[in-house]
Amino acid sequence: MALLVVEDLHKRYGKEEVLRGVSFELERGETKVIIGPSGTGKSTLLRCINRLTEPDRGRVWLNGVEVTSPRTNIYRIRAQIGFVFQDFNLFTHLTALDNVRLGLIRVKGMGKREATERAMRELARVGLADKADAYPAQLSGGQQQRVSIARALAMDPKLILFDEPTSALDPELIGEVLQVMIELAEAGMTMLVVTHEMGFARSVADEIIFMEKGVIVEQGPPEVLFTNPRVPRTAEFLRKITEFYGESG
Amino acid sequence: MELIFKWEWLPQLGRGLVLTVELTAACISIGAAFGLLLAVARLYGRNVVYWLASAYVQFFRGTPLLVQLFMVHFGLAGWGIRLSPLLSGIIAMGLNTAAYQAEYFRGAIQAVKRGQALAALSLGMTRWQTIRYVILPQALRLVLPAWSNELVYMLKYTSIVYLIGLPDLMGIGRTIASRNFRFFEIYAVVALIYLTLVLLITFALRYVESRIRVPGLGTAR
Amino acid sequence: MTAVDWQNLVQGVPSLLSGLLINLEILFGLIALGFAVGILIALVQVYSPRPLAALAVGYEWFFRGVPEMVLLMLIYFGLRQFQVRITPFVAAVIALGLRSSAYQSQIFRGAIQAVGRRQMMAALSVGMTRLQAIRHVVLPQALRLSIPPWSNEFSSVLKDTTLASAIGVIEVFKKARFIMGRNYALALPIFLVVALFFLFLTYAGNWALGALERRYRIPGFEAKGAGERF
Repeated sequence: MALLVVEDLHKRYGKEEVLRGVSFELERGETKVIIGPSGTGKSTLLRCINRLTEPDRGRVWLNGVEVTSPRTNIYRIRAQIGFVFQDFNLFTHLTALDNVRLGLIRVKGMGKREATERAMRELARVGLADKADAYPAQLSGGQQQRVSIARALAMDPKLILFDEPTSALDPELIGEVLQVMIELAEAGMTMLVVTHEMGFARSVADEIIFMEKGVIVEQGPPEVLFTNPRVPRTAEFLRKITEFYGESG
Repeated sequence: MELIFKWEWLPQLGRGLVLTVELTAACISIGAAFGLLLAVARLYGRNVVYWLASAYVQFFRGTPLLVQLFMVHFGLAGWGIRLSPLLSGIIAMGLNTAAYQAEYFRGAIQAVKRGQALAALSLGMTRWQTIRYVILPQALRLVLPAWSNELVYMLKYTSIVYLIGLPDLMGIGRTIASRNFRFFEIYAVVALIYLTLVLLITFALRYVESRIRVPGLGTAR
Repeated sequence: MTAVDWQNLVQGVPSLLSGLLINLEILFGLIALGFAVGILIALVQVYSPRPLAALAVGYEWFFRGVPEMVLLMLIYFGLRQFQVRITPFVAAVIALGLRSSAYQSQIFRGAIQAVGRRQMMAALSVGMTRLQAIRHVVLPQALRLSIPPWSNEFSSVLKDTTLASAIGVIEVFKKARFIMGRNYALALPIFLVVALFFLFLTYAGNWALGALERRYRIPGFEAKGAGERF
C-alpha cells in the first residue's frame, strides 16, 4: 500500500461543497504538488489528511493505518505528519529553539538534552542555528517559515504537508524557503505541497495535481502537464499562472 | 485648625491593614480560579453551561458589590447560615471579582490566534497539552494588565466590608476617628496607606510583566 | 417566607423606588462633575507644559489609588472638622465626582491621543488657534471614541452611588437596610430586588449609550471597547 492513500474526500462548509470527492495516493519518497485556483479546497484537503478539519465523507490511510477511523489515536498520527502553515504559526511566546523542542519534549516524551540536540540539528539543517534564541517576532518571514519547517522535521515525520508555504512571504524571502524544500525533496522526504510556485513544481515534483472546484481535474508528471496536458482547462490555468508568477525557481 | 495624630494609632491601623491584605489576597485568588472556569464555560460550554455562566457574569457585573455583600452576609443568615464578616467578605468579593476576571480571561484566550492551536495540534498535542503549553502561556501574558487593574480594584473595595463589622484598615480607621473626633487626620493617613499599597502593587506587577514579556506578544505597553 | 413577609416586601417597593431616585440624582451630579473636570485634566495632560501635566498625573494617581469609601469619609467628615458643613448628598457628589474625573480623564486622554497629533496640526495649518482646534476638531472625534470605555465607567459609578449610604445619604441601599432591619426574613429578597433595579438601570444605560454611539458614529472611524473596570 502507498504511504498516503486519500479516498473520496468530501467536505462542505454550509452551502458550499469545498471537496467533492478527491482521491489520490502518495508513495514513500515522492513529492507531489497540488496547484489550482484559490478557494478550490486545496488547503482544506491538506487539513483533512491529518484531521485538523474533519472530512464529511471519505477515508485516509497513512502507512496502512486508517487515519479517518474513529478508533485511531489521531494524536499519534498527527505526530507522524508534519504540517507547514501558510502563516507559519510559530508559537509566539517561545524562542525558535523552544518551538522546535516543544513537540519532542511534550509529544514524544524526549529528555531535555536529547531534545535540544535534535532541535539544534534541525535548526542547523534549515540554516538557522544562530537564531536559536530569537523569538518569532524577531525573525523575518522567511526565517520564521524555515523554523516552522525545522519544527515539523524534528518530529521525524513520515510525510510533510505544505500549505502554500511561501504565499505569505515577501518576494525576496521566498527563495530561502523553497531552497530548504528542494533539499528536503532531494533527500527523499515524502512531501505534499500546495503552492503557486510553478518553478518549484516543475523542477521538484514527481507529479502535479491540478485541482479546481473541489475535484482533481488532471494529474501527471510535470513534463506532461506543462507541455501536453490532456484537459484544456489545465493548459489554460498553467498559461495564466506562468504569465503572472513567472517560472522562477 | 490644629491637626492631631497619635503615634499609638498606627499599630492599630496596622492590624486592620493585615485584614485588608488577607481579604484582598483571598478574594482575588478565588476569583481567578472561578473566573477561569467561567471563562472556559463561556468559550467552550454547551447551551446550558454557557447560559448559566453568562447569567452569572451579567448578574455580578451589573449589580453593586455592596448589595452582593449584604445578600451573602444577611441573606444567608436568614436561612440560618451565620458567617463571620471576614468570610462573608471573601465570598461576596470572590464571587464578584470572578465575574470580571471571567471576561478578562475570555478576552485574552480569544486574543490568542487560532493558528497557534492548529500548529500545536498538528504536532500531535492533545487538546489539554495545547491549552497548557501554547494557549495559556500566551493568554496569561495578555491578561496581565487587566488583571493587575482588577487586583487594585479589589484592594480598594475591601474598604466596604467594614459596614458588616470587619475591623479592616477602613473599619479601624473609622473607630479611631469617631472616638477621637479626628476625622481628617485619620482618614488622610488611611488614604495614604491605601495609596502606598496601590503604588507597591502597581510597581510589583509592572516588574513581573517586564520579566515575562516576550517580543511580539501584544502587551499594552 | 410567609404571606405577611411577601406583603411587607411589596409594601417596601415604593420606598425603595424613592430611594433609587436619590441614587440617580447622585449619579447625574457626579457624572457631570467628573465629565467637566475629567476633560479639563485630560486636556491639561495632553497639551500643557510638563510641570502642569505632572500635577495632573498626580491628581489621577491620588483619585485612582484611594478607595471611594475613604474619599467619602475624608470629604464629608474631614471638611466638617474644619467647620465646612455640607450635606451628605453634596459630599457624595463631590467625592464620587472627583474620583470619576480621574478615570474619565484617562479615557479622554486616551481618546485624544488616539485622534492623533496630525489632526491638530491640520487644524493649526488652516489658521485655527489651539483652543479652536481642540473644540472643533479634536474633541468631536475624541468624544466619539470615548463612548465605549465611558459606558464602562458609567456602569461602575452607577453602582458606586450605593456607597453614599455610608455617610448617611438615604438612597435605595439605605432604605433596603431599614426594611431588612424591621424584618430579617426579608434580607435576601429585598437586596435581590435592589440588585434587579440596578441590573435594569445598567441595561437601560448601556442601551442608551449604544444608541448614542450609533447616532454619532462616523463610518470607518471606530474603536473597540475594553470591558474593563478601569
